This record gives sequence, structure tokens and C-alpha cells, in this order.
Amino acid sequence: MGPESLEAKQKAAIEEVLKAYPEKAAKNRAKHLGVGSPEDESQKTCGNVRSNKKTVPGVMSQRGCAYAGSKGVVWGPVKDMVHISHGPIGCGQYSRAGRRNYYIGTTGVDTFVTMNFSSDFQEKDIVFGGDKKLAVCFEEIDALFPLNNGITVQSECPIGLIGDDINATSKVYAKATGNTIVPVNCEGFRGVSQSLGHHIANDTVRDYVFDGNVETLGDAIEPTEYDVAIIGDYNIGGDAWSSRILLEEMGLRVTAQWSGDATLKEMAQTPKVKLNLLHCYRSMNYISRHMEKEFGIPWVEYNFFGPTQTYKSLRKIAAFFDEKIQAKCEEVIAKYEPMINAVVDKYRPRLEGKQVMLFVGGLRPRHVIGAYEDLGMEVIGTGYEFAHDDDYKRTKDEIMRSTVIYDDVNEYELEAFVKKLEPDLVASGIKEKYVFQKMGLPYRQMHSWDYSGPYHGFDGFAIFASDMDLAINSPVWGYSKAPWETEGEA
Amino acid sequence: MQNVDKIDNGKNLFQHPEYRDVLANKKQFEGAWGAIDKEKVAEVAEWTTTWDYREKNLQREAITVNPAKACQPLGAVMVALGFENCMPYVHGSHGCVAYFRSYFTRHFKEPTPCVSDSMTEDAAVFGGLVNMKDGLKNCAAVYKPDMIMVSTTCMAEVIGDDLYAFITAAKEEDGGVDLPESFPIPYAHTPSFVGSHITGYDNMMHGTMQQLTEGKKTEEVKDRINIIPGFETYIGSIRAVKTIVEKMGADYIMLGDHSDQWDMPAGEYNMFAGGTKLEDAADCINSKATISLQKYATPKTMKMVQKRWKSKESTTCNPVGLKGTDEFIMKLSELTGNEIPAELKIERQRLVDAMQDSYPYMHGKKFAIWGDPDFLIGVVSFLLEMGAEPTHVLCHNAPRGWEDEMRALLDTSPAKDDLNVWAGKDLWHMRSFLFTEPVDFMIGNSYGKELMRDTGTPLIYMGFPIFDRHHLHRYSLSGYEGALNMLTQITNKVLDQLDEETKGIATTDYFFDLIR
Repeated sequence: MGPESLEAKQKAAIEEVLKAYPEKAAKNRAKHLGVGSPEDESQKTCGNVRSNKKTVPGVMSQRGCAYAGSKGVVWGPVKDMVHISHGPIGCGQYSRAGRRNYYIGTTGVDTFVTMNFSSDFQEKDIVFGGDKKLAVCFEEIDALFPLNNGITVQSECPIGLIGDDINATSKVYAKATGNTIVPVNCEGFRGVSQSLGHHIANDTVRDYVFDGNVETLGDAIEPTEYDVAIIGDYNIGGDAWSSRILLEEMGLRVTAQWSGDATLKEMAQTPKVKLNLLHCYRSMNYISRHMEKEFGIPWVEYNFFGPTQTYKSLRKIAAFFDEKIQAKCEEVIAKYEPMINAVVDKYRPRLEGKQVMLFVGGLRPRHVIGAYEDLGMEVIGTGYEFAHDDDYKRTKDEIMRSTVIYDDVNEYELEAFVKKLEPDLVASGIKEKYVFQKMGLPYRQMHSWDYSGPYHGFDGFAIFASDMDLAINSPVWGYSKAPWETEGEA
Repeated sequence: MQNVDKIDNGKNLFQHPEYRDVLANKKQFEGAWGAIDKEKVAEVAEWTTTWDYREKNLQREAITVNPAKACQPLGAVMVALGFENCMPYVHGSHGCVAYFRSYFTRHFKEPTPCVSDSMTEDAAVFGGLVNMKDGLKNCAAVYKPDMIMVSTTCMAEVIGDDLYAFITAAKEEDGGVDLPESFPIPYAHTPSFVGSHITGYDNMMHGTMQQLTEGKKTEEVKDRINIIPGFETYIGSIRAVKTIVEKMGADYIMLGDHSDQWDMPAGEYNMFAGGTKLEDAADCINSKATISLQKYATPKTMKMVQKRWKSKESTTCNPVGLKGTDEFIMKLSELTGNEIPAELKIERQRLVDAMQDSYPYMHGKKFAIWGDPDFLIGVVSFLLEMGAEPTHVLCHNAPRGWEDEMRALLDTSPAKDDLNVWAGKDLWHMRSFLFTEPVDFMIGNSYGKELMRDTGTPLIYMGFPIFDRHHLHRYSLSGYEGALNMLTQITNKVLDQLDEETKGIATTDYFFDLIR
């Protein structure tokens, strides 16, 4: 199939999808669907899609909320703090250990990531307010978990609606005890998706961690010329660890890792690094920009998915440092290249020409395109749950050919696009997984790597490649039709 | 570095020496107590196992740690997915719906359709009427369901949105294009700060039955039985109950049957599968009897059945374990007037035979168990039937009356003085109980995994949610079949544990028997 016919097919698919909606909804959704063309200079965003707008009511959006962005993504993985889901019981329970934010520590004693702390609001708390209860929560947490290094308060919807002042309550307790208490006003109704939660959480890092009392966390780290911080890596399946190893091998010193496997002290000391390395641009560009403005720390986006992008990113990072680092960077690349070539030689023949449709959150809808291409696969559709225009601008640089772009796609649309464009693999989140597997389509979860991972860095790429092979070339996809069914029968 | 012939995922990769170094090196920057003072961590860890800690833990009034309950709308979504071509619709932020869908999907490994009307800040200020008007219309147009079932989130409840008025307004504005007057939109207020997911199940079932049966009562009482499964997370249980009812020769309607929805065959995807037919649901008011299989998940619904339906009989039965199943079958016999067929008696005797084969491995063993109130009544009954000792029975979302019923049940055991009921406690309390008054085995959901690691107590996976084990929900816990499943699962875990403890070569393996 030539590129022209693919593009025509993609445009037709969008037209068809829009027909199902009532007029008002169709008009809205039309703005969020497009065909991205790498050569088309007139496209302001990839496919000219609009983003970061309210979701059409009554459809099955895959989006989460501000609470999910703050508790589930940014703050939740910080391991030595207790994160209170403040409000009714549900939010904390549903977000408990849902992402594989790997960490090392003694859970329940000095680390708390996979636990669920909730103020479990009852009717009386809604009526009379929950501030007093929150103050007692702080005391009880400190009494039962004395090795916590701080507490965050993750507001659920009712908190803002009933007018509780978690900021004042936190301030009083923090002042009385000297502990780090971070109130986060990330009620789920704020903003249009989890994205605002990332922003709100970043702002609280600025206000309560950078301006907080770092000294109480132990001795300060003696800075060196080569200190860097990993920002926006949630250590899904150990991603940050397989990134960290490469950075350290090239002579840099990673003094902080955000926020997968992070500690409060690492975060608090970050303003002393020489360079911030930003992986998930969407969720942590805010705090990176702040550190640039306030502390003069430059930041650089990098992409450790697939060897092509990893080589490029390592060199880009090395360019910020001296020749010694640049030389070591080349050594690192040379060291891993034979292994990477062997991985590509093994898996490319099994995956060559296979087409993929993606739909994920922060950075992967564009970052993983290169990794698929390294394996000879092509991405024919991609989109984000909660991106902004700058994400779609960045996406334009990554696509190789016409690609259907869908912003805040809902399940009906994604299903229709998949049926129309017939990819060989769909890679998205848990809610969509079984929809496509029912259709007999190989599927990979791109938020949590299913049971596998890491995918970042060179070691991660080997796992990525073998996972894609496992997904696409499993014999199980061939059993959908019973042997006694004749051709053409479903 | 990876070896292309044997690519390690994270499980082994991070054990490679180069990663051990990187992770050890990271410690110097962490500044957590773990990095500063390992002894302090060990000391605190040890303290958390003591009676002193337990007492402090039990004094907690405000913070809940590792709960064993969820919130109301989750139960409402389950009700909706039990009716044919019905779309669950949650009035509130889409964040909640993303959570409900993920939670069920992770448990069942099945797609879970559900929409929301995506309320945001403007709706928080002005109310969600506009969202409801657009949302219902879009939902009907895009997914073409036969019914939409509306429940609320805590957000909608706090701002006080009026579902009846909103739904009426949505229908009026649509003018019958996508939402004809007759289009059923049952609704329920399901505030998350009241009760738990089983309360939401009850509220939605109540709302649904009330609205679908409005004005549908006829003079003629039909020789048919309604069965309400409750918040049932074992699709196998629903099927087992249906099989029993069919064997009893009873005509029945399963009210809210999600057993096909969460068990879709491979090959193609249809958003909805199975479910109670809407005409059946509307006609259930004319059945001669209604049985709820989960008393504590349906109090409001059953009250309405008793007061407003004036069916001849309404009752609750918990067909879990031997006695529970016996009672259910006898109740069916009483209601239908049919003899209990020989086939069911043979099934029963086969179960009894199996129980007699295996009882030594369960007799006197101490169990800790947690979960929903009805689940606990059923499984604890079975444990007692096997001579086991349910030492800690914990129900976080225990409704009124449950504690007394459980106590009375435990009092039938000779070991009654050592058996404890913990209503309204969470799994961090359970951790203290397990350290101070240890048991042999735990029965519970995936959240028991950390308890298993911390306390060393083997975990038998049973309940909801189960995220990290596959396919257990496809089996039954109900009926004689369910009791046999429980027996198999528990006994073999006991035997696995026995092997584990006796596998030491030339030390303990004299008890590593091949025949048991």
C-alpha cells in the first residue's frame, strides 16, 4: 500500500467515525482527529489536532483526573513519604499499586508506595468538614510510621467542594513538628484530565520541597561537575534504573531520580545538579522550567526508547559536558552496540513491516515510535489521553509517514480506527487491552508494561523487542476461528 | 548487559552485578532512614510486630491504612452490566470511571464498558445539567444501548445534583431523537462517602427495579422465582446457582446477571454480552418469590420487594458451603413444590465424600479471612463445616447486624473463645492481628499479598479484587460445586505448605510424603 492510499484510508476512517455523533459532539470531536503528515509544513500540531480540551460527555474516554495525575503519577511513587488520599475511600483503593513504580525499601516501615492511606470520608466529614480529621491523620501516621520522611495530602473531589482548608491544616502541623507536609489541591474535577494534576503536583514540589527544610533530611550532598537528575521517569518496571545505569557509565552522577524510587531528599537536593534530564515532558516540564528560571539549571529532553533515539539522546546529553564525558558516551554506545545489533538481527525479521496503533498518556505516543522503527515496524496511528499542543508539535518530528492522530480518543473511535486500518498490534492501556485481544489482535500495555519491563535504555530495548515478538508471534492469536468453521465465517 | 540468547526482564536484570552496584550507589543520595540507619529500620520493623504496636494501631480513629472496601458507584456499575445492552453511566468526573473500569478489568481480565459525563470545574459551580443533557444524548447515539443506568460520584452528591430532574430535562431537550420517552434510564444516588461498593450495588438495584417495574404489576402471579446475585465477583458462582435452579425445575429470572459480560469469548468484540432481558426485569414484579443471595448487599432492594411488590415470598439465602447450599435447595423446593432431584443429592454426597477425604488437613487449622460481609458468612460457614478455626474474621464494610450474625456463627465452633470478629477494621489492623495472634493460613484478595510477605502466612486467594492470579473468578464458590472448589483450593494449599516446610533434604524431608 502506498502512502497516498494509506492517507486516504485514514481520512476516510475519521469521516466515518464522526458520523455516529450528534451534531454538537461531532463538531467537537472533529477538531481532535486528523492525519499527521511529516512533510506538511502548514500543520501547526501533528494532524492539526486540538488538545487539552474538555472531554465530550457521555463517551468512554480513557482519561483520568487531576488526582490521578498527582497521586497516581507524580507524588505516589515518592517512596519515603506517606501519601494520604484525602476524601472518600474509592480513589485511594482504585489507584493502589496500579502502576508498577518499582522501588527498594521496607514497605510499611521506611517506604510506603504500594500502600493505601485514606482519610475515608463519611457523611459527617462532608457535612462538618474534614480538617480536624486530617490533623489527626497526621498524628496517627507519625505515631505508627515514625520513619516516614514526610506526608502529602492528595485532595479528592469533595475537599475543594466543601471548602476544607488542607493548606492551613498542613501548615499548622508542619510548623508544630518540623515535618514536611505537602497539601496538594488536585481534586478530580479540576482541569480536563490528569494533566492538570501533574502541574499542580509540580507546583507543590516548588512550594513545599524546594522552599522547605532540606537540612532535616540528613547531610547535604557534596556537588560535583557531573551531577544530573532524572526527571519524569516513574520507574515503571524499573525504567529509571535501566536509564540510570547508562548515565552513570558515561561518567555522570545521578543524584536524584523523579519520582520513581525517589526520596524526598533527592527531590530537595535537585536544585544543585548541573543538568536536568527530562523524560516525561508532559508531566514534569513545569518543575524543570522552574529550576531553570530560579536556579539556572538547564534541562534537556531525552528519549531512551529504542537504540536510535537512545544513541541520539546520550550524545545530546554528553554535549552539555566536557570531552571526557563525550568520549565515555561513545564508549558506552560502542559497548552496547553489538548487543543491540544482535537484538535487532534476531527480532527484526520476525517483526518487519508490522503496523502498530498507539494510544497512551505522557510521552510514549511519540517516544516509542523510534523503537518500533528500529525493529522494522511502523506506527500508523497515535494519540494521547492528556497531551497539550506542544506534545503534538513534538509528535510531528517523530512520525515517518502519514499517521492518523487522535486526541482524547474514546473507545468507540479507537475500535473503529483499528477495524478500519487493521494494524498488527495495538499498544495502549489496561482498559482497552481486552477489547482488542477479543478481536484476536496482539496487544501490549504501554503504561505499565504488563508483567515485563523495563523498556528504557539498551537493556530495556532487548526486553521491548522480545515483548513485541511475544505479542505478535504468539500461536494463541491463531486459534480464534474453530477448525470446523469454513472460510469467511466468523 | 543483556545476552540476546537469554534476555532477562526486570526480575533478573536488576540482580545483575552492575545493577546491584548502581542501586547500592543510589542509597547515598536517598537520605531515607534506610540509607542512614539500617538498624533503625530493623528496630521499627520489629516493633510493628508487637502487642504494643497493635494497641496503638487499634487506637487509630482517623487514618485508614490498606482498606478492604471500595466506594458506592463501583457496585452501581456492576448492576448495570448485569442487564442486557445496558450502559453504565456515571454522573461526575471521568477520573472515577477510569478507575472503575480499570479495577474491574484488572480483576476479570475483561473489558468493562462504562461512560461518564466528564464533569469539570464549571459543573462544580453550576451543576452538571449541561453534562447530563449532552452526555445521555451522546451515549445513546454512539453506543446505542437499550438502557442507560445512571449513578453518581461524590462530586455530584456534594453539589447536590438532582438526577430525576436532570434526566427528565435531558429527554425533553433531546425531543425523542436519541432518547425517546420510553427509553429506560434508571438512576440511583451513590455517594462515595456513605457505605461501600455493596451499598452502591443495593442502591442501583433498588433504583433499577423500582423504575423498571413501575406500574407493571398484573393480577396474575407467575410461577417463577427472582434471584438477585448481589455483588458477585465469581461469574462461576452465578452459573452454578443457575444450574441448581434449573435442576430444581424452577422458572426463574436472574436479576442482574453479569456472568456473560465478564466472560466474553475470543474472536470478536461486542461491547455487551448477556444480561437480564429488560422485559424480564420489568415483569419480575409478577414472580411469586424473590431470593437474594447476598443479604448484606441488598437490604434496601429486599425491603422494597417485601413492602411494595407484595410477592408471596421474599427471602435471603447464602448458597455457599454445604449447609448454605442445602438451605438454598430446600428453599427452592419449598417455593416450587418440586421434589429435590436425585442428581442434586448425588452431587451433595460427592461433596460430603470429598470433605471426609480431606478434613484432616483443614481440621483445627487457624485461618484469617477478610472480604465483603456476605462472602465472609458463606466461606466462614464452610470453614466451620470442615472443623477449621476462623481465628480472625475481618469485614471492613460490615453493615449493621453483620457482626452479631458472624459472632453467632463462630459461637457454634468448639474453639469459639479463640475466634475474633473485626468489623470496620482495615488490613493494617489485620497485619497486627497476624503478628500477635498468628494463624496457619489467610483467605483473601490480592491485598493480602503484602501481609503474606510481611507475616509469612500463606495466602489462599479468594474474594475481590484478585489482580495477580488468573481465572479464579471463572470458578464457583456457590453450590456444592463451589464448596468442592473451596475444598480443593484450601486443602491443596495446606499440602503445598506442608511440602514447603518438609522439603529440606536430610533435615525435614522424612515428612515429605508422596501419599496423602
